[in-house]
Amino acid sequence: MEAVDNGPMLREALLRHRPDVAVVDVRLPPTFTDEGLVAAIAARRDVPGLPVLVLSQYVEQLYARELLADQAGGVGYLLKDRVGNVDEFVGAVRRVAAGGTAMDAEVIGQLLGRRSAPLARLTAREREVLELVAEGRSNAAIASALFVTDKAVGKHITGIFTKLDLPPSDDDNRRVRAVLAYLQAAPGGR
Amino acid sequence: MIGQTARVTRVGEWLLAAFRLVAGVVTALVALVLLLALVTGLVLVPVFGAGVPVVAGALGATRALAELHRREAGRVFGVPLAGSYTSQPSWSWRDLLACLRDQQNGRDAIWLAAHGVAGVVVFWMTYGLLAALSGLAVGAGGPFSVFTFPVLVIAAVIWWLVPWTVRGFALLARVLLAPSDAALTRRVEQLTDSRAAAVDAQAAELRRIERDLHDGAQARLAAVGMTLGLAAQAVRSDPDQAAALIQEARADAGKALAELRDLVRGIHPPVLADRGLVGGLEAAALLCPVPVALDIDLPVRPQAPVESALYFATAEVLANVGTHSGATAAWLRVRYAGGALSVVVGDDGRGGADPRRGTGLRGIERRLAAFDGTLRVTSPSGGPTEITMELPCALPPPASGPSSPRTTSSSATA
Repeated sequence: MEAVDNGPMLREALLRHRPDVAVVDVRLPPTFTDEGLVAAIAARRDVPGLPVLVLSQYVEQLYARELLADQAGGVGYLLKDRVGNVDEFVGAVRRVAAGGTAMDAEVIGQLLGRRSAPLARLTAREREVLELVAEGRSNAAIASALFVTDKAVGKHITGIFTKLDLPPSDDDNRRVRAVLAYLQAAPGGR
Repeated sequence: MIGQTARVTRVGEWLLAAFRLVAGVVTALVALVLLLALVTGLVLVPVFGAGVPVVAGALGATRALAELHRREAGRVFGVPLAGSYTSQPSWSWRDLLACLRDQQNGRDAIWLAAHGVAGVVVFWMTYGLLAALSGLAVGAGGPFSVFTFPVLVIAAVIWWLVPWTVRGFALLARVLLAPSDAALTRRVEQLTDSRAAAVDAQAAELRRIERDLHDGAQARLAAVGMTLGLAAQAVRSDPDQAAALIQEARADAGKALAELRDLVRGIHPPVLADRGLVGGLEAAALLCPVPVALDIDLPVRPQAPVESALYFATAEVLANVGTHSGATAAWLRVRYAGGALSVVVGDDGRGGADPRRGTGLRGIERRLAAFDGTLRVTSPSGGPTEITMELPCALPPPASGPSSPRTTSSSATA
C-alpha cells in the first residue's frame, strides 16, 4: 500500500506496485483538473492493460474515448455515486480487474440522447440492451436485469449489431469496444 | 567615446528615418492605386455588380495598409492608435452596404488620397534636392571642393527634413486614421448597450439557476429527507417497508445528483475547466450528431471568460448543425490571428441560416457582443453554411513547466 497525492507520483506508484486493479479519482492535486486520468493513461501506456477504474463526479465522452483508445481492456469509468450501490460497484471492480470494461450508463446515455441517425433505428428494448452492453455486462447479467431469457438478449444484440453494421462477436470486452468505437468514430454516417 | 557613440546612434536613427521616408513614398503609391481601385470598383458596382469583388478587395487592402500606418504613427507619437470599424468587407451585398455606412472606411479613403498626394510631393521634393546636390557635386573641381557653401546648405536641409517628413506622414495617419470624436461617442454608446445586455443576461442566468435548483435538486433532497424520516419510523415495525423506502431515497438522491451535474455543465462544463477551450470544443464536437472535422491551433489557453463565451457559442452553433442543417459533415476551425480568436463552424447542409430570422443566432451574437465579439454567417440556400465567430482578446504568454495546460494543435475527426 502506498498513499500518493498527485498525478506523476500516482503513475510511479502504479508502475511500481502493479496492483490487481487501481481505483483512481480524475481530479488530483496539484491543479485538480484531470491528473488522475492522465496518470492512469500514462501508466497504461507503459503497462498495457493495467486495470484502472476511474471515478469522477462527472462523465465526459472525451475522457471515455481516451481511456478506451488503447483497446487493451481492463478499463472502467464510473460516476462516484455508483459506489453507493455496493454490489454493482464491486462487480464493476471485478470486471475491470479481470480485463473487462465498466462504462458508466451515463456515457452511453449521453450518446444515445444526442446521436440520431443510426441509433434511431434501434427499438427501445435494443437501446436498453446496448446501454447494459456498454456497461460491460454479460448476456446472462443483461437477461436477469431485464427479466428476459439469455436467448432473447442474444437476439437483441444480434439485432443491434446488424442495425449498426457491426460484425457479431462473443467476447464481452470486444463488444463494448466495438459499440463505443462505432459511436465515437462514425456518428451519423453510413 | 560617448560623443562618438551618440553620433553613431544619431546617424543610425537618421538612416532609419530615411528608410521610413522611402517606405512612406512607396506606400503612398500603393495608396493611390488602392484609391483608384476603390473608385473604379464603386463605379462598376451598378454594372451587374462586377465591382463588388474589386471594392471588397480594395477595402480589405486599405485596412491592412491603414493598420500598418496606425502602428507606425503609434510608434512615432508613443500612443497606440486603433481604428473603429463597424463593418467587415466581404463579397456579400449586406456587408458591403455596412462598409459604405462605416465612417472609418470613409476616413480611410480620405487618408488614401492625402497620403498619396503627400507621398508624390515628398518624392518630387527629394528628387529635386538630390538632383541639385549631385549637380553641384559633379560640377565641382576636386575632391575637397565638393564642400562648397550651397552643397552644405542643401545637405543640412536634407538632414533636417527627413525626420520631419516621417513625422508628417505619421501626423496624417494620426489625424485621419484614428477614430473621430463622433466615433468615440458611438463606441461609448455601443459599450453601454452591450454592458446592459450583459448585465441582463447575467441576471436572467442567475434566475434560471435559482429556479432549476429550487424545482430540481432542492425539491428532491427535501423528498429524500422525508422518505428517510418515514424509513426511520418504519425500521422496527416493518423492516421490509423501511428497506423499500431507503431504496427510494437513494434513487431520489441519485436523480438530485444527476440534476446538479446537468446544472454545473450549463454553468461551466468540467471538461472546459480541465482542458480549456481545446478540450471543451473536442467534447462538444463529440456530442454533435454530425461528424465534425477538427482543426484547432491555439498556442495557449485564453482567459477563462473568453474560453467560456466561445465554448458556449460554439456548442450552440454545433447543436444547430445537428438539429437544423441536415448536414452529413461539419468542420470546426480555431485560430488566433491579428489579436482576435476566431472559431469557424461549417457544414454541408441545406444552408439558409439567417441571424435575423432565428432567435438562436441573434442570442449568440448578443452574448459575443459583450466581449466585442462578432458573428458572421454565410449560408446561401442549398449550403454550405459557415458561421464565423470572432472575439478580440490578448493571449497570455505561453506558460512553461509541467502544470502548463495542454493546448496543442489538434486535428482529428470527432
